[in-house]
Amino acid sequence: MVDPMMMVTVSSGVDGQESDPRSGPLSMRFEDVSVTFNGRTAIRDVNFDVPKNKVTSLIGPSGSGKTTLLRAINRLHDLTKGAVVSGSIRLGNTDIYGGEIPATLLRTRVGMVFQRPNPFPTMSIFDNVVSGLRFNGIRKRSVLEEAAESALIGAALWDSVSNRMKAHASTLSGGEQQRLCIARALAVEPEVLLMDEPTSSLDPISMRLIEELVGELKSRVTIVIVTHNMQQAARVSDLCAFFLMGADRAGEQIEVAPTRKLFSDPDDPRTLDYIQGRFG
Amino acid sequence: MTTGVIEEIPPDPILERREMVQRVARRTFERRMRVSQAMIGLCAVGLLVALVPLFAILYSLISKGVHWWSIDFFTKVPQFPSLIDPNEVGGISNAIIGSLVIDAIAALFAIPIGVVAGLFLAESTSKFANALRTTAEIMTGLPSILLGIFAYQMIVIGFNEWGIKLPGIGFSGLAGSFAIGILMIPIIMKASETALRAVPAPIREAGLALGARRGVVARKVIIPTALPGLVTAVLLAFSRAVGETAPILWVIGASTVVSWNPKKEMASMPLQIFQSATSPYVSLREEAWGIALLLVVIVLVINLGSRLLAAWLQRERR
Amino acid sequence: MTDAPVIRTTPKLPLSEEKKLSSVKGDSVHWAVLYGVSGLFALICAVFLISVVVSSIPAWRHSGLSIIYSRVWNQGTNSFGALPIIAGTLATTAIALLFAIPIGVGSALAIVHVLPDRLRIPLSSLVELLAAVPSVVYGLWGLLVLAPWFEHSVEPGLAAVTGHKFPFQAPPEGVSLLLAGCVLFVMILPMIVALSRDAIAIVPHDQFEGALSVGATKWQVVRKVVLPGARTGIVGAVTLATARALGETVAVAMVIGLNPLFPHSLFSTASTLASTIALQFQDATPLEVAALGALALILMVMTAVVNWFGRRLVRHSAYRAGVL
Repeated sequence: MVDPMMMVTVSSGVDGQESDPRSGPLSMRFEDVSVTFNGRTAIRDVNFDVPKNKVTSLIGPSGSGKTTLLRAINRLHDLTKGAVVSGSIRLGNTDIYGGEIPATLLRTRVGMVFQRPNPFPTMSIFDNVVSGLRFNGIRKRSVLEEAAESALIGAALWDSVSNRMKAHASTLSGGEQQRLCIARALAVEPEVLLMDEPTSSLDPISMRLIEELVGELKSRVTIVIVTHNMQQAARVSDLCAFFLMGADRAGEQIEVAPTRKLFSDPDDPRTLDYIQGRFG
Repeated sequence: MTTGVIEEIPPDPILERREMVQRVARRTFERRMRVSQAMIGLCAVGLLVALVPLFAILYSLISKGVHWWSIDFFTKVPQFPSLIDPNEVGGISNAIIGSLVIDAIAALFAIPIGVVAGLFLAESTSKFANALRTTAEIMTGLPSILLGIFAYQMIVIGFNEWGIKLPGIGFSGLAGSFAIGILMIPIIMKASETALRAVPAPIREAGLALGARRGVVARKVIIPTALPGLVTAVLLAFSRAVGETAPILWVIGASTVVSWNPKKEMASMPLQIFQSATSPYVSLREEAWGIALLLVVIVLVINLGSRLLAAWLQRERR
Repeated sequence: MTDAPVIRTTPKLPLSEEKKLSSVKGDSVHWAVLYGVSGLFALICAVFLISVVVSSIPAWRHSGLSIIYSRVWNQGTNSFGALPIIAGTLATTAIALLFAIPIGVGSALAIVHVLPDRLRIPLSSLVELLAAVPSVVYGLWGLLVLAPWFEHSVEPGLAAVTGHKFPFQAPPEGVSLLLAGCVLFVMILPMIVALSRDAIAIVPHDQFEGALSVGATKWQVVRKVVLPGARTGIVGAVTLATARALGETVAVAMVIGLNPLFPHSLFSTASTLASTIALQFQDATPLEVAALGALALILMVMTAVVNWFGRRLVRHSAYRAGVL
């Protein structure tokens, strides 16, 4: 069955031109990146570039290692005993795993939004948004308030909450909480925003809202989004990286291409199978 | 996008903020990291400190207590240290038997009452059930000496008020069992309720849906399913009871002979430890370690045993 | 009112519905047994609680509220003032908490967030092992091991360091308020560690990662996310431990010296409510028995209030974790 989604509008350049997102400045580069846990390889040989101020999506069926790869970017695997990230991930000129930058500081440049909204329940909305700034030593009230407003506007939440910034985060709905998490990540003005299936636990309306947000935010931050929803990838991303679980149960990179191309005329037959719904 | 005209680019607040954040973050990083490592280190030290008393007590128990364990220790009755031989203290057979009898009788009435009351709490949502639950919580928090005094008033002296007359039987093992039993009931009640409530509702309601009477459902379905939890509850309450001193302090008398008769005065291991430890005779004080080691071993065996038994029962279920 | 913290998959039938189901004859037997047994226990509790109150009435009638604020406890003159005893109770508990809270919560944090996975359960079990040790064994250890050490090393050392000033000015005897406080500390520590550990572990890992991902250091996450999240559970643990410390009888009786005079120094011998009741009971005159009953009543009220408070907080913590 031919997938009608091929007819869906695919995200393209800023003024509607179909520019190759790979031309233009680079945000990050993956070179021979592999992640193993206690010797077992979760994903291997990742090689591609993430363009600046564009949306790159990591797609593929479960087990293909895309979330593992994402979490390697902000060094969350540092928390896991036995996790080894080999190869190099460069953010600008800095090798993330090269010892040049401490993980704590790296995470102010690479933010993350998680699958399930995780606002801090003991803090108010305001405190949640500015928590990152406070952790990093920024205390001045006026600075925090400006940053909060900017972040909440960016997350399309300002109108809803500007009059109840002292309320607890738990008073927000699921979709609002996720946007609060987006605001919290934006407040420290990272260069890159990682999103791990950010809409998978939300209702369709919230999902669309956040997808729109992603489109607007890319001018502010480079976005790397993991999604198991192909249509979503087609809707929001400029560049698509497709992964599959290989015979050795390790994820491998199959194809990386501009979204339009990947969904209409992929190079690899396995990519074609996936987008036509033959697995995943 | 490009207009060919050189314009002055207005300062972008976002880029400015980004630079500012990076600047401040880098500046404060060293100190934050040091504080973090220091505090986390302190927590680890705290854990080590918390373990020191445990090892110290175990060390003392073993090094001072083990050499008391002999056949005589377990089979003879205590002897008062005499001037001729201040080291001859006899054994503690009376205390061992006494503990056994007192705790067994206490368990005999506390377990059924505790489990049934726990079942009641698990099955009923009435105000009475809620009040009972709170009462049980209050009772578990009370100092156990009060139960000893209660046993004294009810069993040793006898009850003679409001027209009801219960003859007292004097200092006796039964009084001790009474106090310890009341101590055990709320503990068993609360733990049983938790174990019984943990039986998934579908299993519970399936029996009822088939038309079985509640009592049958309870006996044949709920209790067997909750058995591992119930066993743990009972054994843990029992291990607590074995070590209790305060409730039996003034109610079981001071027997120095082996007695299996709960209506008479009895001895008990924890009480014996208390008396020996505070006695003026060095040899008795030293003997207290031997008794204490025995008591701790018994309590640990029951504790570990209850966990192993519960795990075994869980496996048997599958 | 209050409910055991349990996750139900299907709604519980209200009692009215249950009653309808029990139209079968066998069911009424079942409920009769349940109500009967529970009622019996309730009756015993009621008689117990009433007896404590009633037995103390002669003392209240005789001395009135002076029991609480008077300083002299003398069997011979029939004056029963428990102020020193109440002070001793509060002081020993305070000393115990002073050490147990930081060390207990710190240990709990270490168990959850510092220890490698495979060490977590063994070390938790080890700390819980301390909880299984009977009080009288703590008393034995305190009396025969700690007391001499305190008398010869610790207390003289503290006195020397502080120049014999308050509260270290009395001559060291080993057996003292300080020793009792320390023994209590060891006794309540496992309770605080175990319950705090549960409260800390319940804070979702998601939130931990969320804080890290905006650039927080590990300690910052603990301070601003984990501890506030575990706050109700930890406070509950502390209040329960407080209640235990207030009512501990045997171990304290063995190491505090049982002195009804007002303790002026940490090195003084003193008395607590529970230990006084335990040790004075045997030779008490009838009026004194009533006075001891009054002490019991005071202790009961203190313990019950602290316990009730503690359990409410512990339940609230689980509820919040479940909701969010």
